[in-house]
Amino acid sequence: MTQRYETVIGLEVHAQLTTKTKIFCGCSTEFGQTPNSQTCPVCLALPGALPVLNQKAVELAIRTGLAINCQIAPRSIFARKNYFYPDLPKGYQISQFELPVCGHGWLDIDLENGERKRIGITRAHMEEDAGKLVHGDTPETSGNSLVDLNRACTPLLEIVSEPDMRSANEAIAYLKKLHQIVVYLDVCDGNLEEGSFRCDANISVRPYGQEELGTRAELKNINSFRFIKQAIEYEVERQIDLIEGGGKVVQETRLFDSNTGMTRSMRGKEDAHDYRYFPDPDLVPLVISPEWIEEVRATLPELPEAKRTRFVEELGLTAYDAEVLAADRELADYFDACVALAKDAKSCANWIMGDILRKLKETDSTIADTPVSPALLTGLLARIADNTISGKMAKTVFEKMWQNGQTADQIIDKEGLKQVTDTGAIESLVDEVIAANPNQVAEYLGGKDKLIGFFVGKVMQASQGKANPGMVNQLLKKKLQGGS
Amino acid sequence: MRITRAEVEHVGRLARLALSDEELDSLTGEMDAILDYVEQLKTLDTEGIVPTAHAVPMENAFRADEVKPGFTPEQALSNAPDAAESAFRVRRVIE
Repeated sequence: MTQRYETVIGLEVHAQLTTKTKIFCGCSTEFGQTPNSQTCPVCLALPGALPVLNQKAVELAIRTGLAINCQIAPRSIFARKNYFYPDLPKGYQISQFELPVCGHGWLDIDLENGERKRIGITRAHMEEDAGKLVHGDTPETSGNSLVDLNRACTPLLEIVSEPDMRSANEAIAYLKKLHQIVVYLDVCDGNLEEGSFRCDANISVRPYGQEELGTRAELKNINSFRFIKQAIEYEVERQIDLIEGGGKVVQETRLFDSNTGMTRSMRGKEDAHDYRYFPDPDLVPLVISPEWIEEVRATLPELPEAKRTRFVEELGLTAYDAEVLAADRELADYFDACVALAKDAKSCANWIMGDILRKLKETDSTIADTPVSPALLTGLLARIADNTISGKMAKTVFEKMWQNGQTADQIIDKEGLKQVTDTGAIESLVDEVIAANPNQVAEYLGGKDKLIGFFVGKVMQASQGKANPGMVNQLLKKKLQGGS
Repeated sequence: MRITRAEVEHVGRLARLALSDEELDSLTGEMDAILDYVEQLKTLDTEGIVPTAHAVPMENAFRADEVKPGFTPEQALSNAPDAAESAFRVRRVIE
């Protein structure tokens, strides 16, 4: 049944910009403070207070716009969006309507089948956030809602996509890509739980082949990628069932309940869309010169996609390795720093993706907290490369390094881990082992080739792990054959 | 008529205005007159003129991203009709 219908999804993302202060006043935007401790006449909407635009917010909006291939508007204006709600002190939200700061753009997403798909971006506009409503649950406040206006007037960039996505998976791919970009750009901290990156999804279905879009429902503020996927999938099924049952989808806002995995109607929007936008007379037009745009463009970091390509084409990594390393900007910077020191990109990648990521996971920390700097890691790699220690021994050195932050050389010296590569020393150990195990020697010579592992183990044990395993192997084979 | 009484009522409701029947009648007449005037303005040739977004010929009034001291929660709530737990207290909003 599902196959007869095509899903159409458009997404609106609200990214909270990483300014220190609000968009129209000097109050702090810090999260998690005492309610109403970050307010002033402007964000409380006291009579006579006037908003003044935060220049940094504009810069971050341009930065984002450029990264998602948007046209930056030479002239844009702010508008009032009028509605009443207890979290909106002015009775209107300052937003942008007719002339947003960022015009048409696009993002390419990678689909599961390996193909790329271009998702159009309709626009991105600046606006202020509303306050936070908490439903009271103490005896004093039950039956009430509590309004905290610390968040009111926090700068948001609302990024609106075209209805170009055709499945929950495409929607998630788009969101993850956009999320990665805004975090890379440092324009948004990307924290979904704290509401720094919020998503509304417009969803409709239509029979295949039909040009006209079906009636859409809007899913509001879902705060994890997993829930967004669940919510979209549920909503698509609900709409198809409704149509198949002879009913009609009504245009409405729906909320996703993560406990039940279902969406439910939030409120009829019969009046809600009548926002009566008009230019805000308190704010003068925003004019962005080509020079300003170029100035911002010059500060853009290398974006994940460019990094992945460089890692594959210039450094010879596999697509998978490049993907993992480029996913996080700090991790990618760490990798780049290692490659600059060690040249051998492949072994840097292996160590970072193996041991470093494992330790970070174990200690629940991020690459910024790693006690093993690129210099320390590449120092270790150098000692493996020049045969001072074996790859296996390197793991021990790495563990110590993680604990005490010492260099590989210091640890190798202190612990006496230097690999024995002196042929004579290894040879005598090999001789001892052969002499001590005549039965195994006989079996080996009788054709039990696998016993070579037994001998290597014995020699390594006798050397306390310090003998070069390759040399041990070679010498053993030679001696055992020679002795026959 | 350029505006109906029902439209005036609707706009009034959006603005949370409790309008009496008499007020609705008089406002419908007044708003109709305003729209008449706007209709006259529409006969002017405005080809190539950028819509005015602001009466003052000025652009880019910015402030730097610097934290300025604001209110304490007590000050912020001092005009609140009702408050609890450092917040404005309102009737429960159903979502």
